[in-house]
Amino acid sequence: MNWVNAIIQGVMLGGLYALFACGLSLLFGVVRVVNLAHGDFAVLAAYLALVVITVTHVPALLTFVIVAPLFALFGYGVQRLIIQKSLEVSPLTTLLVTFGLSVVIQNALLVFASADSHSFDLGRLTSASLQITPELSIAFVSLIIFFTAVVVLVGLQLFLSNTATGRSIRAAADDQEAAAIAGVNTRHVFGVAAAIAFATVALAGLALGTYSSFDPSAGPPRLIYAFEAVIIGGVGSLWGTLVGGIILGVAQTVGAQIDPSGGVLAGHLVFLAVLALRPQGLIRARLAT
Amino acid sequence: MRTGLDASEKTSPRAVRVTRARRSSLWGLVAVVAAVIGLATLPYLVYADVTDFLTNAFILLVLASMWNLLAGYCGLISVGQQAYVGVGAYSVLILAQNGINPYAAIPAAVLAAGMIAVPVSFLVFRLRAEYFAIGTWVVAEVFFLALVRVRSLGGGTGTSLPGLSLIDPALREAITYWSALAIAAAALLASYVLLSSRMGLDLTAIRDNEVAARSVGVRVTTAQRIVYVVSAAGCGAGGALLIISQLNVLASAIFSVQWSAKMIFISLIGGVGSIEGPILGTGIFFAIQQSLAQLGAWYLILVGIVGIFVAMFLPRGVWGLISSRFHIQVFPVGYWLHPHPALPQRGRGKS
Amino acid sequence: MLEIRNLTVRHGYLQAVTNVSLTLSVGETVAIIGANGAGKSTLLRSIAGLHRPHAGDISFDGRVITRLASHARVRQGLVLVPEGRRLFPSLSVDENLLIGTTSGRPGSWNLRRVFDLFPWMEARRREPTVHLSGGEQQAVALGRALMANPRVLLLDELSLGLAPTVVRRIYGVLPDLIRDGIGVLLVEQDVGQALRVADRFQCLLEGRTTLEGRPAEATPAAVEAAYFGLAARAGPAGAA
Repeated sequence: MNWVNAIIQGVMLGGLYALFACGLSLLFGVVRVVNLAHGDFAVLAAYLALVVITVTHVPALLTFVIVAPLFALFGYGVQRLIIQKSLEVSPLTTLLVTFGLSVVIQNALLVFASADSHSFDLGRLTSASLQITPELSIAFVSLIIFFTAVVVLVGLQLFLSNTATGRSIRAAADDQEAAAIAGVNTRHVFGVAAAIAFATVALAGLALGTYSSFDPSAGPPRLIYAFEAVIIGGVGSLWGTLVGGIILGVAQTVGAQIDPSGGVLAGHLVFLAVLALRPQGLIRARLAT
Repeated sequence: MRTGLDASEKTSPRAVRVTRARRSSLWGLVAVVAAVIGLATLPYLVYADVTDFLTNAFILLVLASMWNLLAGYCGLISVGQQAYVGVGAYSVLILAQNGINPYAAIPAAVLAAGMIAVPVSFLVFRLRAEYFAIGTWVVAEVFFLALVRVRSLGGGTGTSLPGLSLIDPALREAITYWSALAIAAAALLASYVLLSSRMGLDLTAIRDNEVAARSVGVRVTTAQRIVYVVSAAGCGAGGALLIISQLNVLASAIFSVQWSAKMIFISLIGGVGSIEGPILGTGIFFAIQQSLAQLGAWYLILVGIVGIFVAMFLPRGVWGLISSRFHIQVFPVGYWLHPHPALPQRGRGKS
Repeated sequence: MLEIRNLTVRHGYLQAVTNVSLTLSVGETVAIIGANGAGKSTLLRSIAGLHRPHAGDISFDGRVITRLASHARVRQGLVLVPEGRRLFPSLSVDENLLIGTTSGRPGSWNLRRVFDLFPWMEARRREPTVHLSGGEQQAVALGRALMANPRVLLLDELSLGLAPTVVRRIYGVLPDLIRDGIGVLLVEQDVGQALRVADRFQCLLEGRTTLEGRPAEATPAAVEAAYFGLAARAGPAGAA
């Protein structure tokens, strides 16, 4: 029963990783930028939520109403003012610049918020769980995160395939110059894509603070997990991202079941195995983003 | 681009002069040799804290030069070179635990890092350039997580380096300093030889346009793999020097992404894509560190902001600024383009 | 309507277009001809805002647009059909067409009218464009530009890689468009095709205008000389 439990917990954890991965995947798919500060932005969102809770006393789970839109605006600004400019210097400059942002965010959080770790106080929800059998249960919090990940992925897919803005985003991702001469303001469209990506980053940060705890250095591991989920699932496929997240989550929980300190290493090894054996990822899909 | 070809036909051969070595380069060589000889005599002249400080500077110079070799000449941004820093340090540790003199173990550490980099390159080269950065980072994490599981190597709590306790501390520090100086000089020389070779030209072609380079028959992947392995070996040397100068090793510190951060910021500020850049960058980095170290995390915030600013607005770094202003090159691995006066002056051509 | 004055465009050290001037009026078709690398595409791409000129001005309806972004020029009604078609591979045929409406210019063009112009397209509207033949892709590219309700169409190498019958069919729709008051500036390597449809032409050699005039007034020998630079070397560029 321990193994079944480990797998179920792994699937739930995979939802969290998929939520982290979809912003990374979207920004890479559209703007061709790998944001090395991805995890740090999520942690920043979690700290922003702490401020919102302190100031407004809204329940932790509802802070997304404020934090996600703020992050969307923030993402638009970061894209237009920093990432776009770096892209025009050279594509690889974006890696250096986002790596610099990562260092700046981590140390700024250290200065302003100390190295202490935090998590959100969810009241009675913290211990509530769905009892499946006497030995098997799933925490409500995990279910909420998994459900959020699925809703975000489905919503993103629908938005990209069915709206005029989504169409412009896909066109600009395909061929920036052709989109521009067809009348698409590609810088604005990239800004919109970044805004959406940052809104999902904010949700991922809130999910992190709900699922476990965070501190200023919590970002880089999440960037790595998100990246692994994207590669395992196949670059460019949003559904693949969910599958990739789940495979990574299960690898970590099952690995930890074998050896309590081996979970993260097991996840990395599964990633490297996929890279060695199936570098195109497990799911080959038409470019969705 | 058809139009571009046309205009080049019009440009007469005499309009653009291409040269390589310059007089400034010859003087540069003399200056470099003199500097190395001068630095080698330092342990006889100054207190140990100066040479200790320089030892650290040489280590960072080696690491930054190796990162720059990958980024500046292959266009490969790695955030995982700490993997080889760790491999170098632990190779020295393992050999020292088996009775081999740590100094004598340095070449073995270099070899080990280079050899491990070969299979790793086959994995990470499957990722396209943008994802290569995180891929290398994962490899470093795997090395870290695997090594902390080995209790005889100190596990997660670290261990001290045996084999040096019988040597007089003053002599030990001097030997460490000379080793660091020798390795730094070797790293610069290796970079220079590598980049002046036919392969160096190939690499420049790749960096400027990978598709075009492939189409004219440059063996892109092989050249990049060689540089990746050389870079790993150099980082291994840096790691070996680190454990020898610190006399102990802590896995979480030696495999920390902070090493990559330092390599990146030093190269970036000094100038990516030139051998001189990391030298200048190491100097600037230490100057910032010395003057702002008491600010704690603020100092890293500042370094980060300067790094971002330089990457966006000064992509050839401080050395690029100096070099294009005064037309100086100490290590001439590229060619100078002297355009016709009527054409716009864009400073130097490709380095 | 469209006026280009002394335009110079550089790619790095190389000068692709030198001091070229050109005008285009409502309902007029002007062809730019010239050998491979004469600067034709660069000129057209500069008008569409894809290259920033080094010197000179581009004005549209008396308004200087030299520094305007590409998408803003589309909003003014200046639309390029690029060389190589440049359709969006992850979009279906009708999605490709609808991208043309992004600028929001008012006008009579919609999916219906494009489908009336190219009847085969309607049945295949949901397909990805990679399934289409070269001529069909060119039609979609033209349709995408028309969806923006252009006032000036910039056509770059419409015939490239297409069979002659397909080329004739595509060029066959131009007269109707011109009757609507659209001006057409086209770049063509196929000189015969260009001179057949154009009211005026301009020949470029090494980025400079070597000959301009009306197709009927230019002798084949003069065109050939301007095209290959035989006469241009001997004397100054002259109008035929």
